[in-house]
Amino acid sequence: MAQRIVVDPVTRIEGHLRIDVEVENGKVSKAWSSGQMWRGIEQILQGRDPLDAWVFTQRICGVCTTVHALASVRSVENALNLEVPVNAQLIRNLIITAHGVHDHIVHFYHLSALDWVDIVSALDADPAKAAALAESLSSWEMNSVHEMRKVQEKLKGFVNSGQLGVFANGYWGHSAMKLPPEVNLIAAAHYLQALEIQREANKIVTILGGKTPHIQNLAVGGVTNSINMNSQSVLNMERLVYIKSLIDKLESFVKNAYLVDLAAVGAFYTDWAGYGKGVTDYLCVPDLPTDAKGTKFAMPGGYIRNGDLSTFKPITSFQDEFFKQGVAESSKHSWYTGETPLHPWDGETIPNYDDFNDEGQYSWIKSPTFQGRPAQVGPLANVLCMAAAGHESTKTHLNFLVDTLNTVNKMVGGKGGVGIEHLHSTLGRHAARAVRCAVMLDELNAQWQMLVNNIASGDTDTYNRPSFPKGEIRGVGFHEAPRGVLSHWCVIEDGKIKNYQAVVPSTWNAGPRNAKDEPGPYEASLLGNPVSNPESPLEVLRTVHSFDPCIACAIHMVDTENNEIVKVRAL
Amino acid sequence: MSILVLGVGNILLTDEGIGVRVVEALEQRYQIPEGVEVMDGGTAGMELLSSIASREHLILIDAVNTGAAPGTLVKLQDDEVPALFKNKISPHQLGISDLLGVLTVTGEMPKKMTLFGVVPFSLDTSTELSESMRQLLDALLEATVTELAAQGVVLEARVAEAS
Repeated sequence: MAQRIVVDPVTRIEGHLRIDVEVENGKVSKAWSSGQMWRGIEQILQGRDPLDAWVFTQRICGVCTTVHALASVRSVENALNLEVPVNAQLIRNLIITAHGVHDHIVHFYHLSALDWVDIVSALDADPAKAAALAESLSSWEMNSVHEMRKVQEKLKGFVNSGQLGVFANGYWGHSAMKLPPEVNLIAAAHYLQALEIQREANKIVTILGGKTPHIQNLAVGGVTNSINMNSQSVLNMERLVYIKSLIDKLESFVKNAYLVDLAAVGAFYTDWAGYGKGVTDYLCVPDLPTDAKGTKFAMPGGYIRNGDLSTFKPITSFQDEFFKQGVAESSKHSWYTGETPLHPWDGETIPNYDDFNDEGQYSWIKSPTFQGRPAQVGPLANVLCMAAAGHESTKTHLNFLVDTLNTVNKMVGGKGGVGIEHLHSTLGRHAARAVRCAVMLDELNAQWQMLVNNIASGDTDTYNRPSFPKGEIRGVGFHEAPRGVLSHWCVIEDGKIKNYQAVVPSTWNAGPRNAKDEPGPYEASLLGNPVSNPESPLEVLRTVHSFDPCIACAIHMVDTENNEIVKVRAL
Repeated sequence: MSILVLGVGNILLTDEGIGVRVVEALEQRYQIPEGVEVMDGGTAGMELLSSIASREHLILIDAVNTGAAPGTLVKLQDDEVPALFKNKISPHQLGISDLLGVLTVTGEMPKKMTLFGVVPFSLDTSTELSESMRQLLDALLEATVTELAAQGVVLEARVAEAS
């Protein structure tokens, strides 16, 4: 008989993402993904000035402030057909890439690595062996015996004092943990180093964005940064050179530690290249525009069907009709009125709450489709599309990661043989995120150089003034955010917002069954997932975490009741 | 001396934004001297790490969930402010408590901490505080100003600011 497991965060008021799975013979046979909080924040925007929308949208989410700000100004610019000066595009691109690098580092090391890395096991490692292994794989400067010993002492201190801090509540000693103590120690060392290095990425966002944690430099039509190479108070050469020094530090860590760690950890978990496949229609949008019209992009995007890279169809501009016409959202299984899938411009958000019904409505998240089918979004979609488009930097980092993973796998007695075709998996999503992070470092360098060159050519324009016509106009702003395709859809009438819908990346992935009752990407990816111990469903979390879920994170209350965040109920 | 007055919360969800509204009022009504930084932290997570790290004193204003009645005011100090980092299904529910958990590991916990909290009346979708919460804003502001004075920082009201 099937056993039901509910993983449900119960604190912070309304709850967030809830995952239900039925387990038969140690494997997931059915899965439901449910968003447990209604937001409806778009309604706040109705009737407001489109020039202000981004200030509100950047408050939707605590992780994705920058990305919602950007998608919002792009949607209004799209409605107005407004060009954006090249300097403004490049400054935005630097913010986008720095934010993306920050986000990916934090996601891997601090929010999901401990699904795979056993911190307590690292105490048994031989620091000399750990250092020797790490140094054989990369030239990262912080892999020395001294460093490994220091980290191990630090971890011992936490464990002995009972003050595990961030390491409390891990799945230590779980039977699904497979890393030898030395690899656990290397990963733990990089976990701590990553806490330092992620701050450098955030500094870039702060310098260009003007303020932390919410950037202030955006405007519909460009950015408000003034460029003057000889002035102290604006964007000048000194600041640009400082930004370059931060890029260099990040590049060293991402290419010598993050990419290599993914390969070294992944080499012990190659079985996870066989789990978590799910939906293999992939959607991503092009990003990092390098011209004023938004027709040339440094990172390509498009659509792949059935995991077949030869079906790749590119999305080519901010005006792309294939994208604009392809998106619809169904609320058949969501707690809203209406069943027919609607285009976001015609989207409705009218709540109609009922209980959790397995066959009926069970989520506050709608179910988006592209060309009438569910689509997976995120770094994996991005990397597959960029590879299909022949993007050089993507291919280079992907090949490096796969080669390193196979090398380590053979070193420890495995057969190697992991290839690009294994990316359609839980492990593949983590690998793709590391590859994308390395690509973004290349782009940080490239965009920085373009900005310096463009300014040197005498161009200091950063802003085109918008003006709104009488009558109704419609726009979409899209952005390939760290979790995938983000699109903001606005309808503007006589210069005021009439309708506004944000279709966020986690909606694509965490959405419930659609109008045709097909499961969303989380749900599909969990089918066949192993669960060795229903009381401790680490394997379920591994697959869900591989998507980097970001649901209703906009609540920020301090909980003084110390409730468990994740309640696991085996029914 | 380095004091951070940090208001956090989501201004799109009615009373969830009280922390932000208090620091906005603080900046509007008082001159902020050297050595004190006032910050609207919104709902940010890891982005706030550097700003909080190694402060002499962190004064935090936030909505709190204590199980008590709406409008209940809370003051927590130092160890009473929970430093957690629980395993979350959605890893982006990173709050201030989690950041403090991280700072415990990096050895950069603020030397002193004070949290002023209030249990919200409403978390509906709106950019305005509820009427009941609006009446508590001054009390939270006063508590913050008093706490600063206790640290030897006496704020001067902004001129021509009839509040």
